[in-house]
Order: sequence, then C-alpha cells, then structure tokens
Amino acid sequence: MASAPPLLISTLTKRYPGPPPVEALRGIDLEVRPGEIFALLGPNGAGKTTTVGIATTRVRPSSGTVRVGGLDALREPAAVKRLIGVVTQYNTLDRSCTVGENLYYHCRYFGLGGREARARTGELLSQFRLSERATAMAVTLSGGLAQRVQIARAIAHRPSILFLDEPTAGLDPQSRLALWEMVAGLRSQGITVLLTTHYMEEADRLSDRVAIIDHGQVLVTGTPAELKRGLGAETVVEVQADQADETLRSRVAALPTVREATLTAGGLRVLARSRDGLLPGLVEAALPYGLRDVAVHEPTLETVFIQLTGRDLRE
Amino acid sequence: MSESRFGYVRVLWGMMLRDLRVLRRNFLPFATRTVMNPLLFVFVFTYVFPRIGQAFQGGPANVSYATIVVPGLVAVGMVFTGIAAVALPLSLELGGTREIEDRVLAPVPVEWVALEKLLVGGLQGILGGIVVFPLVYLVPATPVEVHIASWPLLVAVVLLASLTAGALGLALGTIVRPAQIGLMFAVVVVPITFLGCVYYPWALLHPIPWLQYLVLLNPLVYMSEGLRAALTPELPHMAPPAFLAALLLATLVLGWIGVRAFVRRTLS
Repeated sequence: MASAPPLLISTLTKRYPGPPPVEALRGIDLEVRPGEIFALLGPNGAGKTTTVGIATTRVRPSSGTVRVGGLDALREPAAVKRLIGVVTQYNTLDRSCTVGENLYYHCRYFGLGGREARARTGELLSQFRLSERATAMAVTLSGGLAQRVQIARAIAHRPSILFLDEPTAGLDPQSRLALWEMVAGLRSQGITVLLTTHYMEEADRLSDRVAIIDHGQVLVTGTPAELKRGLGAETVVEVQADQADETLRSRVAALPTVREATLTAGGLRVLARSRDGLLPGLVEAALPYGLRDVAVHEPTLETVFIQLTGRDLRE
Repeated sequence: MSESRFGYVRVLWGMMLRDLRVLRRNFLPFATRTVMNPLLFVFVFTYVFPRIGQAFQGGPANVSYATIVVPGLVAVGMVFTGIAAVALPLSLELGGTREIEDRVLAPVPVEWVALEKLLVGGLQGILGGIVVFPLVYLVPATPVEVHIASWPLLVAVVLLASLTAGALGLALGTIVRPAQIGLMFAVVVVPITFLGCVYYPWALLHPIPWLQYLVLLNPLVYMSEGLRAALTPELPHMAPPAFLAALLLATLVLGWIGVRAFVRRTLS
C-alpha cells in the first residue's frame, strides 16, 4: 500500500444526463506521484472540477476508476476521505463557527480526541498566521483569509493528498501571491498537491508537473519545461498586422529559424527556434501588411495550450 | 468492520459536538423561537379567555382546556424545534452556502451525516419540549392537571416523538430549497400544527369522520396523542401501541426520505 501513488485515475468518464446531456469527461488518465505538486490546467468547463469531484468521492463517474493511495474511491469512499484534503472553489467554511472552531471541529470529524484536536488547532493557527483571528467568526473573513483557513482546515487531518480546486479564482493579486507562497510551503512539508487552474502562470510557477486538459480529455502531461520544450521553439513572436493574410503567413513561415507561423485575430503568431536574425526579416515582410506591433517572449504553457487546441485559455 | 463502525460513531460525535456548540451560541434566539408561539397561545386561550368570561371546552366537562393543550403544545414545541434546528439550516447549507461540504467530506458514508442531523434534530426537539413545558404548565389561569402515569411510556413517547421531529426536519431540509422556506411554513408547518390534534384530542374528532381519518397522515397527531397518554392519561387518547408504532413508522419513512434526498443533494 505504501507504494501506491497518492492518486491514480484511469479511463475516467462522466456524463451528466442533462438536459442537455454533457460529456464532462471522455477518458481521463492521470497519475499523481508522492510529494509533487500536480496542476490540471485547462479552460473553464474542461472537466477539471468534475475530475476533482470524482477523486474526492463527491461525484460518481460514469465509468473508469479512481484510486487514492491504492483505495478505490467509489467502493471505499469513507476510507478515501481520510486520505484526502479538499479545498473547493467556493467558501465552505462553517459560518456559524469561529476560525478556531472550524479547525477544531474538522479535527473532531476525523476522529481526534478533544485534547489532540485543540493541540492541532493551535499548531495550524500559528502555522497559517491565524492566531489573532482564532475567535473571529468565519463569516467575517475576506476572500484571501477565508482561503487560508480553508487550506489549514483541509490539511488538519494530515491527508496524503490535498486537492485545491481553482484556489486563486476570485482572489486579489496580493492574496494570490500569498497563496502561491503557501502552496510552495506545503511542498516543502512533503504534502502532495493536485491543483486545478485556468491561469497558466499559476500552473507554471507552482507545479512540478502539469496535465493540460480540454473538453474532458488530457491533451498532454509533463513538467512545464518539458511541455514548453515540446514546442520545439525558443521564441514566440506575436505580430500585430491588420492586413495579415495567407501570403504573409507563408512568407514568414519560410524565414530562417521559423518553425511555424499561424494567423491570429489581429496578425500572426510565429514560433521560432532562435531569435537570431529573425526580427529584421519578419518586420520587413510584415511592413506592407499594416504592421503595428511586434512582441517577443519565451514560450509559455499558454503557447502550448494554443498549439494543442488552436484556442486561447481564456476563450 | 466493527472498528470502522466505532470510527463512524466518533465522527458522528464530533459533528454533534459542533451542532451543540452552535446551539449553545444561539440559545437565546433558539429559545425565543421555540417559546413564542406556545406562550402566546396559552396566554390568550388559557389565561386571558377564562378571565374575560370566554372559554373553550375541548374535552370532558371536568377538565380545563389548559390541561388539554399542554401535551399538544409540548409536541408542537418539539416539531417546531426539529424544523427550525434542522430543516432551516440544512436547506441553506445544501442550497446556498455549501457549508455542509466539510461534513460531507468527513470519513464516513454520507448517509451518516444525514443521520447525525436527524439525531441532533431529535435532541433539540427534546430541548424544545422541555423549554415549552413549564410555560404551558404555569401560565394558564385555570388548573392544569398533569400527572405521569407511566414513566417508561413517557420516555418512549418523548424519544420516538423527538426522532420523528428530527426526521421531519431532515426530510424538509433536504427537499425544500432556500427560496421556498416561506412557502414551507404556509403549506407544511401551519397545517400540521392546526391539524395535529394539538388543541383537541383525536377521539373528539369523531363527528367529522373524514377529518379524523385524514389527520392520521400527520405525524404530529401521534406526538400529541402520545404525550396526552403520558402526561394527561384521564383525557381520551389513542392506545399506546397505535401511537408508538405510528411514530416509529413516521421516523423510518421520513428518515428514509430525508437520507435519500440528502445523498442525492450531496453526490452527483
């Protein structure tokens, strides 16, 4: 059992009967390894939350299996719930209780005795810098603070894997940074984390490995660096040119070091193996097509997503 | 298996501690909510009315009206508490705030979480009854004759009646959406209290046979009649095996509906 991965998902499908019927998952395979931070990256509606819902025993799959620490999430949900910590997209703090009570009673739900639960609560309050808020009612907390309490609560029973579903959705930029630090801190404690996000920067900065998911399917899995290397390009150039057309595209594609050029809404996206000597030729070619701007950046996970789906993550 | 069952009981206990903590924090509103209706009722009908020369006579000539309504009002106190303590918060937690999630994710089958709500509703129902009793006993201007003929019967009635109240609260809380709470009071709570043999013993309904049979669908009837048998045995009341069996059946049916609906609402 010790060698079983924290999370193993095979050929998972989920069909919501509707109406209209929705194929939320069309055969997902995932393996999360011990101690890693694993990101499920994809646009809204890709199936991330459904996947987490099934892995956390709250959604029943149509077919496929989910094993958490070797246990079948469908057959032994109560035992699986001992192994998982869950932070959902919405604030599920107990609004009739204080911050401290939220942690304390959570410990009690997981079978800790009164003294142990109190000790664990004190530990978590100081670890998450919540001691001053211990007696504040949960209902009065700001979004960032509530998220912090939710994470503290989710790891209170020392789960072997923590699920964070869109942990920074709706948070202000400062709280988002604080949350990223917190997640990095969890990694240093050896907690395995599966997080879902539609912010590619979040997946890139936080995760050891990423699975890009779209329309209920995993498109690709790997470390952020591997995925970006897979593009075969070191440089991405976004060209803004109002009259860009197929002729320009094929002319640019033929330039040295250019690996691929695609038409976008306002111009061209160019993937190049190197930027050496690229720009002069590119600018010269694009000038007659109403060139307005050229932006050069390194490939991101967003580029990977666009290459795989032809769409923007935010679309 | 027995070890995991023991573990489940510990989890359940944790949830009950949480609910009792919340109850303790909200005891004043809880007590006020429970007490207002019965208090005003006994005040107007058993204190004011006899003093202004009006009087109800809902039972045998030698028994005061206050005596008749005591068991019924205690039963209403229990049902009302079951609904207020379980149905209202549960409806909000399931429908709006999703606060229940943390307990749904506790290491027990989800059915146990629903069961905990039923038990806590029952416990609060007993408390509700205890809060109401001294009022309806002390306020009336006319004598109230309460004597407990059989303690075991009283205990059995109170236990079963409180479980019925908890089960009713669970069923309503899982079925009624937050936006329908006002409607629930109009369509469920008010009719069951008025037609719950609270203000008159069931046997006295015999001049209106269709009503006498119709109200048998109302679980509150058996709670009122059971408490009547236990607290005011000289008044006409149903036979103990009948109301005990009916209360057990009501608990099982309402509990089954509630647990099923709870599972449906928390798992998709």
